[in-house]
Amino acid sequence: MGSKEKVIMDGKSIDRALSRIAHEILERNKGADDLIIIGICTGGIPLARIIVDKIKKIEGVEVPSGYIDITLYRDDLSRIGYHPKLKKTEIPGSIDDKTIVLVDDVLYTGRTIRAAMDALIDFGRPKAIQLAILVDRGHRELPIRADFVGRNVPTSRSEVVDVKVEGEVKEWKVVIREREENE
Amino acid sequence: MSDFLSRKDILGLRDFTRQEIELVLDTAASMEDILQREIKKVPSLRGKTVVNLFFEPSTRTRTSFEIAGKRLSADVVNFSAAVSSVKKGETLLDTARNIEAMKPDVLVVRHSSSGAPHFLARHLSVPVVNAGDGRHEHPSQGLLDLYTIRKVKGRIEGLNVLILGDILHSRVARSDIYGLTTMGAKVTICGPSPLIPREYQALGVEATWDINEALRGKDVVIVLRIQLERMESSFFPSIREYVRYFGLNRERMKLAKEDAIVMHPGPVNRGWELADDLADSDVSVILQQVEAGVAVRMAILYLLAHVREEVES
Repeated sequence: MGSKEKVIMDGKSIDRALSRIAHEILERNKGADDLIIIGICTGGIPLARIIVDKIKKIEGVEVPSGYIDITLYRDDLSRIGYHPKLKKTEIPGSIDDKTIVLVDDVLYTGRTIRAAMDALIDFGRPKAIQLAILVDRGHRELPIRADFVGRNVPTSRSEVVDVKVEGEVKEWKVVIREREENE
Repeated sequence: MSDFLSRKDILGLRDFTRQEIELVLDTAASMEDILQREIKKVPSLRGKTVVNLFFEPSTRTRTSFEIAGKRLSADVVNFSAAVSSVKKGETLLDTARNIEAMKPDVLVVRHSSSGAPHFLARHLSVPVVNAGDGRHEHPSQGLLDLYTIRKVKGRIEGLNVLILGDILHSRVARSDIYGLTTMGAKVTICGPSPLIPREYQALGVEATWDINEALRGKDVVIVLRIQLERMESSFFPSIREYVRYFGLNRERMKLAKEDAIVMHPGPVNRGWELADDLADSDVSVILQQVEAGVAVRMAILYLLAHVREEVES
């Protein structure tokens, strides 16, 4: 994959984008009261954690957070390349009347978000669900949009967007590359 | 580790690999989480149909499969021999073909003849789950036993497990033995000598006729039901004598490890193979087995319904 890979965000710009998203979440919700941050497995989990840390620095409050596996709510069970391996879901306490911020790395067709909303609603009746995304790459197939976006990136369907936010900030990156044959 | 079950049917644990068993158990662990929620239902098998085809009476296993299917949003249809055309002389294959023509996505089969589900699996394209065939295998029970042991003990490998009772007629024992040995447990079987299969060494287990010796140092004791209905002739003189020599009670259980657990596939003949006080004590995980049963059967239905789509696409 190496040669066709193009870095579209480096560690610094990812960090800045997530700081801005954290501020925007607080601004929109007038603080951190009744907020719950939920990462979508697996790409959204580290991003949710970073946003929780940033909100803590800004507001001094540790917002409850969790993660959600949407495998059982997908509508593309029959598609090739789909992996049925289940992951874990962890929702902190009741979500009734809370504002949920769903966090994912890439927003593409919108089907994952649809599944995540269905899954969340099985846990209770939140006051509102908002969506925070690091990279919006377009090609939506459902009427879904993000409330907080790190960056809008025009892509073609033959491309893949990879987000890496492990380790130190300087190692973080978002790359765009051609889809490989077996992907 | 593989993410797929690369087989069309689940007929027995004899040829299951360790990876396959782990995939089922890990999937079941996620399913168990769903059962703790207020809304115990997910949409992943919406629009799929599971047919329970039971040629032998069963309430627990059938109900467990039925609940498992419903928790995944599948439509579940029960077809039992007592009310079906089997009594009108239709052959097994005809019955199954008729049901297949109604386009089910998974067929769960119980039959009193060993090999009946295998026969159907060979002739039908729909995935078949063996829910117990004669005295041969009962893989979903074997998997739920493995799941319960792993959950309570934290592991299976290296554990000393005793299977006690009528091994010869028990499909549960056979599936347990295959699954446990594949996962690296050390299995001992114990029971009246006519009820110990002669080929036990080939199964990779130790056998003994002395319950006290058998219990010593065990982590897990699986007590089997005395199945009078499966015994064509008398294999032991009387129930009273069986209880005296092979009945498990609190006193005998002291010979096993201090933290040993007792399991039973149900239904328990209280006071026969298992004493009342032991069945209700906290070393008994019988109800946890029942709970695990739903999660494991959800995993089985989920993994099989998916395999079929892979094959078709």
